[in-house]
Amino acid sequence: MTQPPKGVRRSYGVKAAPYGFLLPAAVLFALFFALPIGYAVWLSFHKVRIKGLGLGKGAKTEVWAGLENYTSALADSELLASALRVLGYGAIVVPVMLGLALFFALLLDSERVRARSFARLAIFLPYAVPGVIAAVLWGFLYLPDVSPFHYLLDKAGLPQPDLMDGGPLYLAMSNIAVWGGTGFNMIVIYTALRALPTEVYEAAKLDGCSELQIALRIKIPMVVPSLVLTFFFSIIATLQVFNEPTTLKPLTNGIPSTWSPLMKVYSDAFTGGNIHAASATAVVLALATFALSFALLRISNRRTTQGAGR
Amino acid sequence: MTGLASPKLRKAAPAAGSTPGTPQGPPPAAGRKADGPRRTALLPTTALVLGALYCLLPVAWVLVAATKADDELFSTFTFLPGSGLTDNIGELTGYRDGIYWRWMANSVLYAGLGGVLSTVVSAFAGYALAVYRFRGREAFFNIMLAGVLMPPVILAIPQYLLMAEADLTDTYASVLLPLVLSPYGVYLGRIYAEAAVPMELVEAGRVDGAGEWRIFLRIAVPMMSPGLVTIFLFQFVAIWNNFLLPFIMLGDDEKFPMTVGLFTLLKQGASQPALYTLVITGALLAIVPLIALFLLIQRFWSLDLLSGAVKS
Repeated sequence: MTQPPKGVRRSYGVKAAPYGFLLPAAVLFALFFALPIGYAVWLSFHKVRIKGLGLGKGAKTEVWAGLENYTSALADSELLASALRVLGYGAIVVPVMLGLALFFALLLDSERVRARSFARLAIFLPYAVPGVIAAVLWGFLYLPDVSPFHYLLDKAGLPQPDLMDGGPLYLAMSNIAVWGGTGFNMIVIYTALRALPTEVYEAAKLDGCSELQIALRIKIPMVVPSLVLTFFFSIIATLQVFNEPTTLKPLTNGIPSTWSPLMKVYSDAFTGGNIHAASATAVVLALATFALSFALLRISNRRTTQGAGR
Repeated sequence: MTGLASPKLRKAAPAAGSTPGTPQGPPPAAGRKADGPRRTALLPTTALVLGALYCLLPVAWVLVAATKADDELFSTFTFLPGSGLTDNIGELTGYRDGIYWRWMANSVLYAGLGGVLSTVVSAFAGYALAVYRFRGREAFFNIMLAGVLMPPVILAIPQYLLMAEADLTDTYASVLLPLVLSPYGVYLGRIYAEAAVPMELVEAGRVDGAGEWRIFLRIAVPMMSPGLVTIFLFQFVAIWNNFLLPFIMLGDDEKFPMTVGLFTLLKQGASQPALYTLVITGALLAIVPLIALFLLIQRFWSLDLLSGAVKS
């Protein structure tokens, strides 16, 4: 490969090279993405039949189940409840997180704001903290015996809410996601802001526009593509929430083991031991994610083609 | 939703300039940019600093809490430093023959090795997608990107079952291998290769008789290196933060990464609160390496690269 003597061999090398470079990725994709997905789909259409007492080898066989697993998955009220919980959670997390990310990104992009490099690093810092550890930290901050909030409320003689149950739990959980996710999204939006040509708002400044006007009327419309992108990924990440509620669970009785849809899949598969039902639920969730992503992409494509490119 | 609706905001925000957030001088001052430092915008700066403090709060808390002895944790004011940091670290180190440090070493191994392998695979694939025109290029890229959308549990359950078939569960490989291919890494690899490797140089290399592999190693890799560092960091953080896959794959706690180890410790703490001090100290020590890493590379590397930004 290093010393191709003839043109013929070289052009062969050029033709074959991309496939060679793609080989590791393709093999890994086949083994760890395509095969598991295919297997999950296969499982979802099968069930276990037990012969006799179910003892001994060959007593359990997998037989075709048709849509049985799917109908029971869709009829499962726990799945619906978990989906609703996560939708409620997402309705808090996504707008608050992206709103803050955009707000901070605009502040970072403003010349007259101080402490920008400090703030940029500080707000980004939670990205380096694993979700599990973030949940541990906040979990302790929510515990009445440890929490500074409860301490202050106590001193002020005010009632202390239980942050780990009922309605406040949504806020407590959302707070962890907002804390962890704002920084990364802020960086994405800030990068887009810095890539804008400065002439555009120099002209606006000469015309006497304030920074706020420039932000609202020029900057935000021009970074719509990255807002769509962050929105898209935030929604998907939110629907897939698993680590944080799982970690908080030992600290409270307010979180059932089926709090989020993925926790439901996990507990069906590993606690309940019913991998076939769990696979069906998982496939339903994947399809729902795809449908949602597709819809969002269509909307965003219509937006971005009329706005700035890329 | 904000982003989707924003083009319409143009018309909807006419008198925005009068908001207190912008103590801007009269228009003439706005045009002069060069003379002297600009006045500080007080309110926006305050907002930004408050945001920063909010993000630092839990970190500051764990820093203080880790200094508290068992009895101080539940009795003294949250932000009052205690007296037991070294004791706590000693106790954590002594806990089950130092298994905590084992978890730390495992995390470094998973994230370090996984990050390197992932960077290599992403660089190969990204380079191929950026530089060559070949059949199936876009199809491959799109299928790969669809992988991003796959909920991890959906992959993890069949991955576990398949690993069990291959007798590989509860091994280092079972956690390492599924994480090597990162669709986002391939995406970044393609973007960096497209931006950093000029086709003329590749062609010039071919004219000089260099093989494709050599062109990649000698020309493309050095030019892509800032991007490759970014892919490595991204994957390092992603694997370091991963919980689900090791949680499902591993049973033997000698192989746990930090996240799963601390989780099991917290779970036990629910019945024996004395372990809470260990969890808190462990959480502090677990976030120190990554924060140090980010502070260290600040000088050589820009955060912007993480979102696929390429400087011209």
